[in-house]
Amino acid sequence: MTQTAAKRTAAPVLPATARNGAPTPARRRGKVGQEKTSWTTMVILFLCAITVLLPLYVTISMSLKSTSQAVDGNAFSLPAPIDFSGFVQAWELTNFPVAFTISLLVTAGTVVGTVLLASLASYAIVRNWEHRFFRWSFFYLLAAMFLPFPVVALPQIQLTGLAGLANPAGVTILHIMFQLSFSILLFTAFLRSIPLELEESARIDGATTWQTFRQLIFPLLAPMSATVAIFAFLASWNDFMMPSLIIADSAQQTLPVVQSIFQTQFSNNYNVSFASYLMAMAPAIVVYLFTQRWVMEGVTQGAVKG
Amino acid sequence: MSTPVTTAAASAGSLVDEAEHGRTDHLAGARHDRRGRVRVDPIYYWFLVPTLVLFTLAITVPAVLGIFYSFTNFIGFGDWEFVGFTNYVAAFSDPAILASYGFTFGFAIVTVLLVNVIAFLLAVGLTAKIKLKAGLRAVFVIPMVISGIVIAYVFNFLFSNSVPALGSGLGIPWLSESILANPDLAWLSIVIVTAWQSIPATLLIYIAGLLSIPGEVYEAADIDGAGAVRRLWSVTLPLVSGYVVINMILGFKNYLNVYDVIVGLTNGGPGTSTRSIAMTIFTGFTGGDYAYQMANATIFFIIAVAISVLQLRITRGKAAI
Repeated sequence: MTQTAAKRTAAPVLPATARNGAPTPARRRGKVGQEKTSWTTMVILFLCAITVLLPLYVTISMSLKSTSQAVDGNAFSLPAPIDFSGFVQAWELTNFPVAFTISLLVTAGTVVGTVLLASLASYAIVRNWEHRFFRWSFFYLLAAMFLPFPVVALPQIQLTGLAGLANPAGVTILHIMFQLSFSILLFTAFLRSIPLELEESARIDGATTWQTFRQLIFPLLAPMSATVAIFAFLASWNDFMMPSLIIADSAQQTLPVVQSIFQTQFSNNYNVSFASYLMAMAPAIVVYLFTQRWVMEGVTQGAVKG
Repeated sequence: MSTPVTTAAASAGSLVDEAEHGRTDHLAGARHDRRGRVRVDPIYYWFLVPTLVLFTLAITVPAVLGIFYSFTNFIGFGDWEFVGFTNYVAAFSDPAILASYGFTFGFAIVTVLLVNVIAFLLAVGLTAKIKLKAGLRAVFVIPMVISGIVIAYVFNFLFSNSVPALGSGLGIPWLSESILANPDLAWLSIVIVTAWQSIPATLLIYIAGLLSIPGEVYEAADIDGAGAVRRLWSVTLPLVSGYVVINMILGFKNYLNVYDVIVGLTNGGPGTSTRSIAMTIFTGFTGGDYAYQMANATIFFIIAVAISVLQLRITRGKAAI
């Protein structure tokens, strides 16, 4: 009973967006169509939305100011005149193309690695559940969810240094490893819901285990892979703690970490620093705008799935 | 690392239940060995074992090594010898470490309460009868996708320039100076930015909870003449209590790891007034206190496991959310 109840709740998450435009079923107090829009609620929500948008507005407007206007410290004034020189300087100071490429490679590696390793491992675990080795492997991999990164940080810094991995490649591997537990949890839950008959027919047609996975299971996993990929993307792209500790050469740092130069060396060039912050935030926001549905669904699945 | 990563932990308990029942479906055509057990296609080991090896090297080995070193006087390089529980005894009476636990737990408790109250009320608003629902919801989720360190830098500017300007304009003395420079108030800035960033995930979980409440319940409450506040307190809240518990525990666990936001705002200062447990542990890498801070990290690990065990016990009981 508990399982079905939990699953049922996973479904209605999206509807707000998905259902948009479709006639809303009468869920709440009152009869269909009789209830009026609550304007008080809307006003309060709009005020709260402003606190979300204000820091973003400040970031954008500051980045478009000239150095002389930005230095007055008034965060809320509109840029006059609009000046793109902040972006030019930020581009050069942070060595943006390099930092961006490194962030992109680390994130892409994390996303691809997490989806591949977690889906393969989950498939092996679910299909061989009756074997102790696979069952115990599952609990072993899941145990990492109880392990905060700070606990293993010092030995990891030490070992990545010894292994020649005190670089973006080492960070990619660690990002994948810290995403595994959560991703395997999502994949195994999903795999258990795929009817076995599908696979049996493929097997009768002579498909090997690898072909079955490659041509049948992996495509079926696509929605869950999207969720796993989005979490891996956000965790990896936005991470500061791990790259700042693991990557030894500051010339190989990721985009969030290079922003620290504006706290130490160029602390008064506000237009430059904000242009740089904006360039660091923008990719994740753009990805979010295109994947909203999955992001929202994924968060809820993460908590409710089971 | 990120908020959502640990969200799954909440359901680990119920998943374990499911897992324990086992799945014994046998594939058609699966071959059996002499004792009748299903033979495992060797390729399944290729699917799993490389990941297990990597995981062991990247997580398990460092964890074991770190705990091992916590019983030595290792400083990060060179020779070392065993010192027993000396590091642990010293850690328990170290004012710097005790202060970091005090700060981190206090911060986590205040933040978890603030985040849950705001997120719950927002979720109620966002599931009420309003227009632009999808658009508003999309806006409220934005903070979740922004890097903690970067948004902390933005808030750093606001707290050091805009807020004091506003404070002196309004003639409020304690607001006229940067709260980042005030040892008594700096922690508030960390609460605010952490809350700003972690409300979205909490909010989405509450929205799911609110949408799972059947409409008839509210109709019944209406018939009984319950007002809006009464309905919220006596009908809605009890029905989403499972979600409240999950959000509180997950949030608390995340906030105990606070690091990025502090680096962006106060870097542990003024003095050491906002130094978190994670920051204290990391000083072991530069300060020659490797073994000592590993003892600290091990204590932190035991606390984290204790909270997780508590979480599993509670969420198992509440699996019917």
